[in-house]
Amino acid sequence: MTDIGRDRILQRLHKAAAQAPDLPPTACLPIAAYDRAQRLERLTTLMSAMRTQIEVTTARDWLDRLREILKNRNLRSLLYSPETDLGRELKAAWPTDPQGLPALCTWKGPIEEFKDELFQIDASITTTLGAIAETGAIVLWPDDKEPRLMSLVPPVHIAVLGSDRIYNSFCEIIQAEKWADHMPTNALLISGPSKTADIEMTLAFGVHGPRELIVLIIDET
Amino acid sequence: MAEPARFDFKQNIAKALKDNQLRNNLRSAMDGLRVKRQDVFDDALELEELRRYGNAVKERALSRLPQLLEQLEQKCTQNGIQVHWAETTDEANHIVLEILQRHKATLLVKGKSMVSEEMHLNRFLARHGIEALETDLGEFIIQLDGETPSHIIVPAVHKNKDQIARTFHAKIPGAPYTEDVEALNRIARATLREKFKAGHAGLSGVNFAVAETGTLCLVENEGNGRMCTTVPPVHIAVMGIEKVVEKLEEIPPLLRLLTGSATGQRITTYFNMITSPRNSGEKDGPLEVHLILLDNGRSRIYADPKLRQTLYCIRCGTCLNHCPVYTRLGGHAYGFLYPGPIGKILMPQIEGLPAAGDLATASTLCNACEEVCPVRIPIPTLIRRVRNESYDASDAAAMPGHGYRRNLMEIITWKTWALVNSRPALNRLIIKLAGRLGRLMPAIGPLKAWTQVRSRPRFAPKSLHQLIREKGVPND
Ligand code: SF4
Repeated sequence: MTDIGRDRILQRLHKAAAQAPDLPPTACLPIAAYDRAQRLERLTTLMSAMRTQIEVTTARDWLDRLREILKNRNLRSLLYSPETDLGRELKAAWPTDPQGLPALCTWKGPIEEFKDELFQIDASITTTLGAIAETGAIVLWPDDKEPRLMSLVPPVHIAVLGSDRIYNSFCEIIQAEKWADHMPTNALLISGPSKTADIEMTLAFGVHGPRELIVLIIDET
Repeated sequence: MAEPARFDFKQNIAKALKDNQLRNNLRSAMDGLRVKRQDVFDDALELEELRRYGNAVKERALSRLPQLLEQLEQKCTQNGIQVHWAETTDEANHIVLEILQRHKATLLVKGKSMVSEEMHLNRFLARHGIEALETDLGEFIIQLDGETPSHIIVPAVHKNKDQIARTFHAKIPGAPYTEDVEALNRIARATLREKFKAGHAGLSGVNFAVAETGTLCLVENEGNGRMCTTVPPVHIAVMGIEKVVEKLEEIPPLLRLLTGSATGQRITTYFNMITSPRNSGEKDGPLEVHLILLDNGRSRIYADPKLRQTLYCIRCGTCLNHCPVYTRLGGHAYGFLYPGPIGKILMPQIEGLPAAGDLATASTLCNACEEVCPVRIPIPTLIRRVRNESYDASDAAAMPGHGYRRNLMEIITWKTWALVNSRPALNRLIIKLAGRLGRLMPAIGPLKAWTQVRSRPRFAPKSLHQLIREKGVPND
């Protein structure tokens, strides 16, 4: 049934398309250009306005900063990946008796087996692929090490970003990193914690995804 | 909401206009959305450049629509996404059903999808013992009340928090009565999280599909779309065939136009790009992804080069927010899925003029919709086309059911009009008569429709021509 349907739809479209002239491709719009400091500044301003907590720190201090932020927040567990550099560094520095800090935990098996546990976890920490200054968003390409739901299910999501990975615009990162040649299973732009305004246009955070998004920007300049 | 078969537009309008609650809700919501849009597009020149770009990208994409769909199908298939084609909503429903039955699925969690509303999918699945649960907060609210969306972006905009509080308290087991918006959100969150976990399959719409990579793009703020497309083992995406674009690099400007126009956001919380099902080694994401391409009249609209512009629409809803008619009526009065300006041109073309042609009469042709449309669809021109075709029985007309309004009275009227205006002597005579007898214009018969809602025009005793002649202005 659908094969015939497919052919009929395409036939109708081809017939109509043949009557129209070919149009040239549309020229790209110019890409916004900011310098390094402006990029960091713009990203911080725009994402903070979306209620993201932005913390600019350094490679030496970021773990201290993280511990400070998480201390005494009553979070029981922090999901991390032991297979990333970030995860290894975190693991090495995390106290075995995490007084007032969440205990580290890792993803086990496919989602079907891990689902119940995942929905109980309080917080997660992931890497990022980069960020976009123009619109204010971080970019994630989840993979086998850091699955997609790590940045969605736990109520607090912490993302770590290198300041040298902030691009001017979404268009720039697509072109510069040749996304079209190797799109991953899932690519994500995230600008803040989950939110909705469906009830009387009143903004409320944490409707389905994280209530809080914390971005640690490692800035070595 | 009225079934299309019993659709009485005039009665709906009268009812909506008297509903003060509805008008208050709409007023504040629409004003808010317009202001937010203006704030985010604060550079008028940049906005015009973006809109020109949006229009050009859609025009070009549609000029190559069949090729792009074939490319999309090929790329998706390569990536492991199963592609299905549906000529009608009925076919699309059966494809969904067949997939769900194969997986013995009885709970489908849904992200926001206007196409699934177009298919009346929930009703169809319920008849087959499958629960289709809306998880977008607005859609969730109206589903609890058995209603349809009244706006394509903010579906529960017609309700205020007291109404929602009552609904939650009555329909969600264990939910306390509260009018606190945060608390209402927490109730929804707790209820729906369980459902995401339990859902056997997830369904979503598609905001843009990229032909060059076979990528499905979803725009959202809540995260329910990501839940539906990531937690359950099966993901079904439904899209109208017009949603395909050519290149990945065309997406950023379109995204900016969409979120800016829809909700006045520079970007939404999430922009979710899906290119394949779970690959080996990956630990989450659906094992199967299906893409259903729905025609439902679109290829017929496509055949007419002018009407084709209807298909540029990226469903941002900003034409609703700027429409002096929509902002006073809300969506339900229109009686069809897509209300407001876009509905006035889209629904008559999909449902046929006899069913939905009346929608085009509810316009002042003020042009606000065209001025704000992010892809510059000439909506007022197309509204006039719907109106004209309603009376045009000739082969030149393209819409289904064209000429349905043609009647003897009108034909005679226009014939007479033409006659009077092509004979100067006759014209002078009629104008003289109108000046003398105009005040007797009857409030009965066919003119009643005009006179009962408007003040009767007062005809001047002398015509402008006559006055000017008397002033001695030379006539050349
Ligand atoms: S017609 Fe234009 S303004 Fe209206 S919903 Fe579609 S894209 Fe938006």
